[in-house]
Amino acid sequence: MTDLDGMEEVLQEFLVESAEGLDQFDQDMVKLEQAPDSADLIASVFRTIHTIKGTSGFLGFSQLESVTHVGENLLSLLRDDKLSLNAQITTALLRMGDAVRRILAFIEAGDGEGPDEDEALRQELNALAKGEDAAPATEDVAISSAVDADAIETSDEGDDHGEVVQVDDPESVPDTATGKTEDRPGRSATNTAQTHVPDASIRVSVGLLDSLMNLVGELVLARNQVLQHTAVEDNSGLTATTQRLNLITTELQEGVMKTRMQPIGNIWGKFPRVVRDLATACHKSVRIEMEGRETDLDRTIIEAIRDPLTHLIRNAVDHGIEAPADRLANGKPEEGTIQLRAYHEGGQVNIEIIDDGGGIDPARVRAKALERRIISAEQAAEYTDRECQSLIFAAGFSTAAAVTNVSGRGVGMDVVKTNIEKIGGAVDVKSTVGQGTTIRIKIPLTLAIIPALVVRSDGNSYAIPQVSLLELVRLDGAQAQAQIESIHGAPVYRLRGDLLPLAYLSHELGQATSEPANSTGDLNIVVLQADDRQFGLVVEEILDTEEIVVKPLGKQLKGIGTFAGTTIMGDGSVALILDVPGLAQGARVVAEHDARVPGSEQEEARTQSASAQTLLLIKMGAGGRAAIPISAVARLEEFPPEAMERSAGREVVQYRGEIMNILRLSDLLQFDSTSQVTDPLRVIVYSCDGQDVGIVVDNIIDIVDQHLSPADSRRGAAVIHERVTDILDLESIIRDQVRAPGSSWSRVAGEVVNHG
Amino acid sequence: MAEQRQFCTFHLADMFFGVSVDQIQEVLRYQRMTAVPLAAPTIEGLINLRGQIVTAIDLRRRLGMPDRSPDTLPMNVVVRSGDEVLSLLVDEIGDVLEVDEDRFEAPPETVEGVARQLITGVYKLDGRLLLVLDVDRTVDIDASLKTSATDC
Repeated sequence: MTDLDGMEEVLQEFLVESAEGLDQFDQDMVKLEQAPDSADLIASVFRTIHTIKGTSGFLGFSQLESVTHVGENLLSLLRDDKLSLNAQITTALLRMGDAVRRILAFIEAGDGEGPDEDEALRQELNALAKGEDAAPATEDVAISSAVDADAIETSDEGDDHGEVVQVDDPESVPDTATGKTEDRPGRSATNTAQTHVPDASIRVSVGLLDSLMNLVGELVLARNQVLQHTAVEDNSGLTATTQRLNLITTELQEGVMKTRMQPIGNIWGKFPRVVRDLATACHKSVRIEMEGRETDLDRTIIEAIRDPLTHLIRNAVDHGIEAPADRLANGKPEEGTIQLRAYHEGGQVNIEIIDDGGGIDPARVRAKALERRIISAEQAAEYTDRECQSLIFAAGFSTAAAVTNVSGRGVGMDVVKTNIEKIGGAVDVKSTVGQGTTIRIKIPLTLAIIPALVVRSDGNSYAIPQVSLLELVRLDGAQAQAQIESIHGAPVYRLRGDLLPLAYLSHELGQATSEPANSTGDLNIVVLQADDRQFGLVVEEILDTEEIVVKPLGKQLKGIGTFAGTTIMGDGSVALILDVPGLAQGARVVAEHDARVPGSEQEEARTQSASAQTLLLIKMGAGGRAAIPISAVARLEEFPPEAMERSAGREVVQYRGEIMNILRLSDLLQFDSTSQVTDPLRVIVYSCDGQDVGIVVDNIIDIVDQHLSPADSRRGAAVIHERVTDILDLESIIRDQVRAPGSSWSRVAGEVVNHG
Repeated sequence: MAEQRQFCTFHLADMFFGVSVDQIQEVLRYQRMTAVPLAAPTIEGLINLRGQIVTAIDLRRRLGMPDRSPDTLPMNVVVRSGDEVLSLLVDEIGDVLEVDEDRFEAPPETVEGVARQLITGVYKLDGRLLLVLDVDRTVDIDASLKTSATDC
């Protein structure tokens, strides 16, 4: 089936190319008559005929081959200056072009090559090649053009290729049948042949399609307005007309949308070759099966998935399919199979790459990931097999024992994942050891039109792409009061037990003047996914979900980073599309990717790998709590208030015969201390680069053993004893303080405060 | 006969500006705009121009001039720069003028600041001066607040 499909494709291509070539041939021949000595023109003509001859031989069209062969002979003599062009030769060659067209028309109609009527022409060409003055085969022309008309008529009646033929201008048939053929024998076949396959499709610039799309968008808006006006008028004639306008507009919109679509098969064409070459290189035997090549996708998406798909297929051949001997030993056929499937599902396109190879061994992946320090030992133990298999998408991962020129360098799968996610897609892997691997890619149909949630902030509408949307949470006034907690000023909400950092849209957009909660105090939280982090975006009002047409942002505004584009709302106003990852970074809910100091990754890994940490719980002002990993604490001390002295504007105490700098946590983190001036100072002594630093805290509450999840560490807060507790990173607090003495700053572990 | 050039003219406060007609797409009265939060004040907003989103630049702010009084609505001079279409917000639209090339003079050294970069020259007309605005430079801004602090 796939082979036949491939053949059909080659044939269509051949027909299109040949028709283009023949047009060029005609032009060249005519020009050649004016300039018979032009080597370039002769070379061009020769090339055209040679190509057709070669391909027709390959495709098994012997009649076509024989005609072009004699033509080519004659042309080669012309090219080599053994013969000079005269009117007779030109006419004969043009007639050969027509004969080729006629045969092509038969082939296209699915009727083979048609009856062989070119014997006279072949003889004439041969005679001319020998330098003889052959008699022009005039009768032949008349016959062939008559047959032309017949051929068209029969094919017009419709066989399985009827669709293509219908494109024909029906008037071309009487045209050929009447006088015109006699006047211009060289042109008769041209008229009919040209309207076939080559003319069934035309090249249109993407820019034009985009502007059509824009206009249709405008038309839709105008239509909506007309519909609204009609609704209030009581005029049945008008209503009927607007109904029709409505339908036509919708159809037009769909039609224009389709013009941007291309079948995914366009990029699959080269895969059989890729698989074959690679399989040969790996001494494997692999077959590729393709299903759903007609699945349509927006062209921008097609381009974007070309490389990831190629990579996945190469991977499947190289890593997936086992060596033939292993396959036989495992009772599988020697030849491995890779299936490529594409299908529409729920407004998305699914692409699956299924191999029947050895599968992904979770144990091996786990060991490799551990070895490459992609996961900690603890994680390795925790991860399920499925999670382990997903690790193949982690950066720097490769299980290949040896680096080959094909794969195994540990770059690739993570790039595949990134590229697919970039276009709003997702990729996952499912694998059974010994049976094979399925990689499924889900991608949106188009980037030009996306579903989005429309929200309102400060009187303006904003669109949030639905790919980033997880859920919506609505809290009424009382709930909002009670359930929004704060970690050192950063609001959080407990979503099913997990802390969800909150960002207020109005604040992120610099409109902090208006209170985000509306008059009733209700709170709308849009739960969003940015990278691998979730956060809640508090918006003034949630309007609706809509399909929006994405339009690019002017280059002046690209630097802002919070907006992904613009769109036009139903009422014709412009709305900005929020860039969720950008917004998350602006709100610093995922800031550490870029802002963290180098080396902190390892720190984080260390924090994670310790199974349970001993934490010192301290009180921070009224109601606040913080925890400090005890590993960071050297000693706990108490000083009477009068022990405090000042040196160079800083508070110091004498401690163990040395001067120890004193920092007050309440100053550092800017909360109001609850302790009295007369209270003894409770000090946590911290050793930093051999120097002791004392940190004054309000009160030490407890020491607890607590397991901190990676998410807790990143967030800088955890729920300890049923209370939200900040986790302080003393090291960075002090490092900053030492570096910038006296500066006003604050820092909570995991939450990076930008001083710039 | 000196060579002539055509300028679309407009007013900003007491100044008289011109932009070469081949860079002008159209001239519009005030349009409803969508503000762009976080953008520099130079960006007044976004306009829906028959389905195309056009960024509107307040030319007064761009040139460092005081804001126009809030009760007068600006007009749009829609210009093309490269493959982009933008709108320059001006006080009032003037006529299309044909001016003699020999009346042109480079701006005097005393013109300072942003205007120095954006005004490519002056045509000495009878009784007034026509300042020629360099559209490409005018619209070449990064309007994110992060950077605009340094370049304005």
